[in-house]
Amino acid sequence: MSIISRGFRGRGHEGPPDRVPPGQYLTDDFPVLSAGPTPHTPLEEWTFSITGGAEPVSWTWDEFRALPSEEITKDIHCVTKWSKLDTAWAGVSVDTLLEAVEHDASFLMAFCDGGYTTNLPLEDVSDGKAWVAYTYDGEPLDPEHGGPARLLVPHLYFWKSAKWVRRLDLRDEDEPGFWESNGYHLRGDPWLEQRYWGD
Amino acid sequence: MAGAALLGRLTWLATEVVDAVQETPRVRTLVLEADGWTDHRAGQHVDVRLTAEDGYQAERSYSIASAPGRPLAITVEELENGEVSPYLVGEVRPGDRFEIRGPIGGYFVWDGTGEAPVLLVAGGSGVVPLMSMIRQRAAIGSRTPTRLLYSSRSWDDVIYRADLEEPGDGLEVFHTLTRSQPPGWTGYSRRIDAELLGEVAWGAVDEPRVFICGSTRFVDTAADGLVAMGYAPESIRTERFGATG
Repeated sequence: MSIISRGFRGRGHEGPPDRVPPGQYLTDDFPVLSAGPTPHTPLEEWTFSITGGAEPVSWTWDEFRALPSEEITKDIHCVTKWSKLDTAWAGVSVDTLLEAVEHDASFLMAFCDGGYTTNLPLEDVSDGKAWVAYTYDGEPLDPEHGGPARLLVPHLYFWKSAKWVRRLDLRDEDEPGFWESNGYHLRGDPWLEQRYWGD
Repeated sequence: MAGAALLGRLTWLATEVVDAVQETPRVRTLVLEADGWTDHRAGQHVDVRLTAEDGYQAERSYSIASAPGRPLAITVEELENGEVSPYLVGEVRPGDRFEIRGPIGGYFVWDGTGEAPVLLVAGGSGVVPLMSMIRQRAAIGSRTPTRLLYSSRSWDDVIYRADLEEPGDGLEVFHTLTRSQPPGWTGYSRRIDAELLGEVAWGAVDEPRVFICGSTRFVDTAADGLVAMGYAPESIRTERFGATG
């Protein structure tokens, strides 16, 4: 039983209840959360790779942009409590990327410029659930929002949608990434309010 | 993960407001007594959950202002059109109750010790977690050379102004007031830029550790400026606030 806070009314529920997970509120802004300075990797030095499979694979920026892309419109949910509906992205499906690799992994660790990492079960990035996105609202992705390219895993809390992603390392075991080692949940399903360790 | 098993779930704790201190016209510190609260590390935050009579709930995160081991305090800035902050700044009074859970966050933390100098850079209410670090540093008698660069709109908007007046013991405080300055103001009077950072920040050669907290634009300017001065990106820890209310 929760404690009633005297005199608090609040705004009441905003938005469609089937689209705003528990404890979240809607925002029209696009807030930024990152643990350190924003990296600025020149596109000519940028590569994207997948390791941990039978053979490592790697794409240059031009090769990556030539891969089949998809337009994605999804709701996103940050563990810091904001949700934003109908965000519009374009990028390459992780399914497409994984087709290039022979593997029998069950998990992956995403590595990013700036040293950030995050872990994901393959199940959460397969069958049209995850992308490496490079445009937002029709424009090249801003560095502060993860440009030139970031992971987009919209059904999990947004820290899983790692900014500045450069490599996916395929693994047999799940290991905590950066925030997952710093108090945040290993999987991060917003509908189960998996925010922190033990949730 | 071992940590998860050891820590268990962060449960919602029944919490009572025991004191409320107006810091500035828009900012208030609430001293809290939470049943079952375990201690925190300087720099961490808590989640606050308010429940209306009709059962509606709203959650937000707020940085902890107090030093570890002291009565738990959060400092809240009232945001225009906010939902939770106007209640916490304008409405709540000692004896009122809500719930919190935490402490949360294991990266933007400093225990107040270390040989290398520390640079704290605060924009507005971004000073709150840095104040917890400053208080921790003082509480343990640390001599770690520490500088706080603190950007506020005006002198009246400076949070913890009295606490920061006599820093002492290897702590230096540099204010910049971006919108208006009191008569005879001798501090900085502009937004943080490369030149200002060059004058205030430790040289990169000292290998300082850095904690920056403020709005996204503020944090980016400060972090980019320090990287340009030769600071190692991995020595810079940031916390940004976007929309929150």
